[in-house]
Amino acid sequence: MTDLVNVALNAEGFMIDPNQWTKELAEILARQEGIDVLTPEHWQIIDFCRTTGLANGKAPTLRQITVGTGISIKDLFALYPKGPAKKVAKIAGLGKPEGCV
Amino acid sequence: METEQRKIAFICSKGDLDMAYPALVMGWAALGNGIDVTLFFTFWGMDMITKDRQKHLELAPVANTSMKMRLMGLPTGTLGIPNLMGILPGMTAFTSWFMKKKMAKVGAPPVDEYLQMMVDAGAHLYACKMSVDMFGLKKEDFVEGVEDIVTASDFMDMTEGSQIIFI
Repeated sequence: MTDLVNVALNAEGFMIDPNQWTKELAEILARQEGIDVLTPEHWQIIDFCRTTGLANGKAPTLRQITVGTGISIKDLFALYPKGPAKKVAKIAGLGKPEGCV
Repeated sequence: METEQRKIAFICSKGDLDMAYPALVMGWAALGNGIDVTLFFTFWGMDMITKDRQKHLELAPVANTSMKMRLMGLPTGTLGIPNLMGILPGMTAFTSWFMKKKMAKVGAPPVDEYLQMMVDAGAHLYACKMSVDMFGLKKEDFVEGVEDIVTASDFMDMTEGSQIIFI
C-alpha cells in the first residue's frame, strides 16, 4: 500500500489495523508528522516498535523504546522532536501507547 | 497554521518519596506529547534535586492515613498501620523500601533517574531562591540539570502562558 486512501485511521490519526502498515506508509505518516526523511536511526526505533507492538498488541512506551533499543533519550527526542510518544506509535502503525513511563 | 506551543510548569514543594512522583510522571508524559516542561523546586521539594538527598527520599508511615496494611498483601481490610508501630525504628525505612519496590514494579525509575530522563528530554529545572537561602544551599549542592536559582518573580516571568501545577 503506498498511500493513505484505503488505510483506516482512528479519530486521533492512529492506524486501526497494524497489519495494513507498510514501509512506504511509514514514510507518508512520518511526513505528516513533520519528519521528511526517515534515517536508519529512525528505522531502528520503528522496527523495534513494530516487533514489540505486534508481539504484545500495545505500542511501547518511550522508556521501553530507549531501554529496548539502547538509543538515548536525547537522541530519541532529537529524531522525533515535539512529542515522540505519539509520533513514533503513529508512524509505526500502532495505537496510542498505554503506559505512563 | 501555526498552533500555540503548550507549556506546563510544576511547582514541587514536597520531599516525601510519594510526593516526588506526580511531577515526574505528568512531566514525562507532557514531554512525550511535545509540551514544554519547567520544574520549579521549593522548600522540601528541593530534596528532589539536592545531590545528597535525591536518592534518599522517604515515605513515613506515621500519620499517613492512606498507608493500609493490605498494601503489603495482608488480609486486613482497611486497617491502617498503627501510628504506634510507625514510630518504631526502621519503620520509615521499611515503608520507603516498600514504596520503591512498588514503583519499580510498574516500570517507574527511581527519582534521580527519572529527573535525568526529563532533563535529557528537554525539561527545565530551577531552584527557589528563598528556599535556597533559607536552607543555606548553593548551586553546587544540586544535581546537574538544575539550570539556575531563581526568585518567585523570575518564575512568574518565565511561566507566562504556562499551565501551572502545584504539588
